[in-house]
Amino acid sequence: MNIYRSHVLICGGTGCTSSKSDKLQEKFEKLLVEKELDKEVKVVRTGCFGLCEAGPIIIVYPEGSFYSQVKIDDVEEIIEEHLLKGRIVKRLLFKDAIVEDIVKSVDEVDFYKKQKRIALKNCGVINPEDIDEYIALDGYLALGKALTEMTPEEVIETVKDSGLRGRGGGGFPTGLKWGFTAKAEGNQKYVLCNADEGDPGAFMDRSILEGDPHSVIEAMALAGYAIGSNQGYVYIRAEYPIAVERLQIAINQAREKGLLGKNIFGSDFDFDMEIRLGAGAFVCGEETALIASIEGERGMPRNKPPYPANKGLWQKPTLINNVETYANVAQIILHGADWFKEMGTEKSPGTKVFALGGKINNTGLIEIPMGTTLREVIYEVGGGIPNGKKFKAVQTGGPSGGCITSESLDTPIDFDSLTSIGSMMGSGGMIVMDEDDCMVDIARFFLDFTVEESCGKCPPCRIGTKRMLEILEKITSGKGEPEDLDRLERLAENIKVSSLCGLGQTAPNPVLSTLKHFRHEYEAHVNEKRCPFPHLRINSI
Amino acid sequence: MKSLEELKKIREESLKKINLRKDRGEGTRIVVGMATCGISAGARPVLMSLLEEADKRNLGDVQVTQTGCIGVCRLEPIFEVYKPGEEKVTYVNMTPEKARKVMAEHIVNGNVVTEYTIGAAE
Repeated sequence: MNIYRSHVLICGGTGCTSSKSDKLQEKFEKLLVEKELDKEVKVVRTGCFGLCEAGPIIIVYPEGSFYSQVKIDDVEEIIEEHLLKGRIVKRLLFKDAIVEDIVKSVDEVDFYKKQKRIALKNCGVINPEDIDEYIALDGYLALGKALTEMTPEEVIETVKDSGLRGRGGGGFPTGLKWGFTAKAEGNQKYVLCNADEGDPGAFMDRSILEGDPHSVIEAMALAGYAIGSNQGYVYIRAEYPIAVERLQIAINQAREKGLLGKNIFGSDFDFDMEIRLGAGAFVCGEETALIASIEGERGMPRNKPPYPANKGLWQKPTLINNVETYANVAQIILHGADWFKEMGTEKSPGTKVFALGGKINNTGLIEIPMGTTLREVIYEVGGGIPNGKKFKAVQTGGPSGGCITSESLDTPIDFDSLTSIGSMMGSGGMIVMDEDDCMVDIARFFLDFTVEESCGKCPPCRIGTKRMLEILEKITSGKGEPEDLDRLERLAENIKVSSLCGLGQTAPNPVLSTLKHFRHEYEAHVNEKRCPFPHLRINSI
Repeated sequence: MKSLEELKKIREESLKKINLRKDRGEGTRIVVGMATCGISAGARPVLMSLLEEADKRNLGDVQVTQTGCIGVCRLEPIFEVYKPGEEKVTYVNMTPEKARKVMAEHIVNGNVVTEYTIGAAE
């Protein structure tokens, strides 16, 4: 084995890959061989570092130098100056990594200071395609501990005691779900992972799978042991190619090491898993639709109960959790429920990953303890609003959530507080709007999305959201009438109470919350017969 | 995977490979002068021998890193040892053999090899 004096970590998340970090890696590897430094300097492709805004990102250890927006032509300079002569290339450092000519290492940068990384612990630290690096940082130790020292009941109790709640948006206590599925009767049970992340602007689960796929595999094996299942499936959308590829590599490596398969850790526990690709329908994030899709049926939800815990995949008891929820589990088993409860708030312990987007300086991926205020997230971690503009609102929960205005910025973030101010946690998308954004247009954008994604099974969602969208388009194009606002509100309330699944039940939320907080903007459209904001309508965020 | 011990063995082996990305600044730092003067005087074999030795001895908390010209080019290859809470020690006219000796006596056992230091050379 060779010990390297320096590690060059190149972000291989989707964001940085789209700005050609793969080409940077090739160039580094080629030049290091040419300069005969390849035995001293190791190049590692990692998952997302979080600061996607500043990509492609490269971090050089042992110094922890944080290079941002690195171009192909910069590679030679980094090698010549930094790796050969030990001189950090200051002009390429991230702007906050050099203050008054003092170079800071990556963990001293403001963006990371308020963060607490559990689900993203290994993201941007390890090579996700090397199981040994995961094991080096305590990987599979929780599974080993559970299989050799704990009963399935003890595993469930620990998860229950930790207070972990479903990170996909529902916030249902994970331990309870595990307990229900464990108690359900059946000769075959299944463990599913919901990786069908579909909110516009959300990329938490994708980044976890890209940066640390083993954390999900280990947790699913733990879940299998806890509920008595030997088979898992990860349902992931085909439009996440990097995540799919790395997850498959990780599954293969876990099998080779005997961490999936028969008699894991010499016990009589067997567990294996497979990937099931989805075609990218938003509704397949709903658990019963997801199950139908895995079964080969059309991805449509059904009424609950029966819940998947009793009748799930192929009518068998099925445990289904979201990617981020799983990414917390091994840590909880390893460090204990009390360790987890020390973070976050009383009713929402732990941390939450958010994807920051829209009008914010540090677009990217963050993980903060629950209880952090929205203000801290937007102004400290997120670096505030660009171009000196004023903050107007932040949308959480994506197309199912609502907007939060400046009066509520000091609300500590947790499942219950966000619901109480008229929004929701959701899966973790956070889209910031500034003074130039038209809130009616924002509502129209989200509704346009849900109309497109409605599966069509139940009329309130299929027809109702379509009618709402028509009214909104009438308003945004300057043809609205005062009665339209009441019509919109009435329709929204009806769709909420009569739709079959979460998609329809929450689809009117962006309209209702903008109507509540920004009714004057709707009225301005209707009264002046035009949009009072300068910009054109948005088609994407 | 048959046992927890097997996993822990992989863990220890692998941790050495990625330790560099963690525990920054807590262990000993060895900085090798790698400017033109250092390299032409043979700093690279010295650096490699330090890395090999750190590996062989499982010195996971020792960082071997490089810097530019330290200033006394005539005494190259030079490296400097920073141990937490101790004065910096500058070794000069180094060779791979001398470097290995410093590794054993100074880094591991804590006894400065006075005869190789800049003080002895002057």
